[in-house]
Amino acid sequence: MKPIQRHLLTALAAASLAACSSVPLDSTPVESRTGSPVVSGAGNAANDAAGSQTKVASVDVTSGSSMAASNLPRIVYFDFDSYVVGDQYRPVIEANAKELVKDPKEHMAVQGHTDDRGGSEYNLALGQRRADAVVKSLTLLGAQPGQLEAVSFGKERPAMQGENEEAWAKNRRVELASK
Amino acid sequence: MSFDRRHFCVASAAFLAAPSAFAQFKVEISGVGATQLPIAVARFRDEDRSGQSPSAIIRADLERSGAFRIVDTSASLDETSQPSMGEWRARAADALVAGSVARLADGRFDVRFKLWDVVKGSDLGGQSSAVDPSEMRLAAHRIADFVYEKLTGEKGVFSTRIAYVTRAGARYTLRVADADGENGQVALNSGQPIISPAWSPKGKELAYVSFERQKAVVFVHNVATGERRAIADFRGSNSAPAWSPDGQYLAVTLSRDGGSQLFFIGRNGENPRRITTSQGIDTEAQFSSDGRFLYFTSDRGGSPQIYRMAVPPGKVERVTFSGSYNTSPAVSPDGKTLAYTARSGNTFRLSTLDLTNPGAQPVAITDTSDDEHPSFAPNGRLLIYATRVQGRSVLMTTTLDGKIKARLPSTTADLREPVWGPYGR
Repeated sequence: MKPIQRHLLTALAAASLAACSSVPLDSTPVESRTGSPVVSGAGNAANDAAGSQTKVASVDVTSGSSMAASNLPRIVYFDFDSYVVGDQYRPVIEANAKELVKDPKEHMAVQGHTDDRGGSEYNLALGQRRADAVVKSLTLLGAQPGQLEAVSFGKERPAMQGENEEAWAKNRRVELASK
Repeated sequence: MSFDRRHFCVASAAFLAAPSAFAQFKVEISGVGATQLPIAVARFRDEDRSGQSPSAIIRADLERSGAFRIVDTSASLDETSQPSMGEWRARAADALVAGSVARLADGRFDVRFKLWDVVKGSDLGGQSSAVDPSEMRLAAHRIADFVYEKLTGEKGVFSTRIAYVTRAGARYTLRVADADGENGQVALNSGQPIISPAWSPKGKELAYVSFERQKAVVFVHNVATGERRAIADFRGSNSAPAWSPDGQYLAVTLSRDGGSQLFFIGRNGENPRRITTSQGIDTEAQFSSDGRFLYFTSDRGGSPQIYRMAVPPGKVERVTFSGSYNTSPAVSPDGKTLAYTARSGNTFRLSTLDLTNPGAQPVAITDTSDDEHPSFAPNGRLLIYATRVQGRSVLMTTTLDGKIKARLPSTTADLREPVWGPYGR
């Protein structure tokens, strides 16, 4: 099995596991009331906030992720701090562009990811830049911009856990997902 | 202010070597020369009957603030006592707190306390509150706020709230807790990541980024009712919400026009308008509390640095110059200090920069290597941030000089993305 296909299967397995874990819990609102002062002492810092709400209502939006099964290679990896689509991924780009050109009704989410070093928001922007680069590569080969949405998960959805170069390299990626 | 600086005690080597009396909060003290007021907080009479220990909560609050050093005591006192000031002076305490807890007929507890200035031998006042059993911790935090304000002249932040995200396996939870990390309550459960929570100025709503729609979407969520609305769900990614000081609009990062750029958008998602037009990444906006500046991260100069823009959107100037990777800006409420994450090699360290001095150099205030997401307490005296300790993501508070740090309690989940709420709970 080629490495890319193996990664794809890993990603699919992870996605289906995530889907299986989507059991909504009962959301139980938690209510509490603030105590009210009955006597004020010599202090002047009376509880001016007394009576305000401290309630927190719980909300559950648990839902699964979906990634359509496909035989196409779907992952492009990136070097550290880079958003250049490497030549070795030309076959991935060409295969997906071909499918998009063949079927104009086909839509794909182009999902950028980073390794887990640094803050969540800057990584989100870096992942977006990688996704934008893949969208550009696909449209240069004839895919229509309207068929593609570049989005980013930043460092939030690592393909591999670990604080080492192997994990980081696997996590710096763009995944193509049918919509 | 009741104590002048000569009453503050320079922390001694003996004290630094002593184990913390309140190990559950893991208050760490590093360095020497911290000026701390020595205070004794006696066990409240009958406090065990409330199921909480208000005196222990008050001691931990005061210790974590960095402004106090706890003088151990096993004295039996309450707010009606007439303690011998000479005796407490001999124990090197400059201030003393005593109190009591009594059950009322309706099931609530009457919590009373008194604070003394031991040096002057004067009574600094006290209070009595009828407290629902579920609010005992809050009552103790409010007493700590009273003590802090009386003795330092500044408002305490112990009764404020924090928000943060926990991750346990594939479950992400947005939580709201007391400022000491206790009493956490669930605001949102999701099977997808949640990042970047931001409190509205009045502390009623949280804006955040949720990936529940398989992409980054900005939501605003009423904490008390659970009502929520997507305010930015445009094509591409929608992220990094920051409330304007008046709560009427937010700054967000949108990729809808290409790149990651800053926009203002109304609190209900109305009237999005682009405010930056760089070729690079512009994100992580934060308003100064006076609303005059918008701080943000941009790589327009080739590496991520912190910039600020005049508001209404105008002139942009670069703020950080040292190092090649500075992100996650937070501005102190008085606008004088910037906290952010600075990368050096493979370490990401919480740093501060004096904004009042144009030539100031940044100061790294931790010795950890994966610091993230600093947020100021509303009095500007503490920062909360996330870092990695023994492979787990935990939350810490620190004084601005980095000398007093406390690790907030955690279980097995990773704790991330902390943000400190405003006054006024």
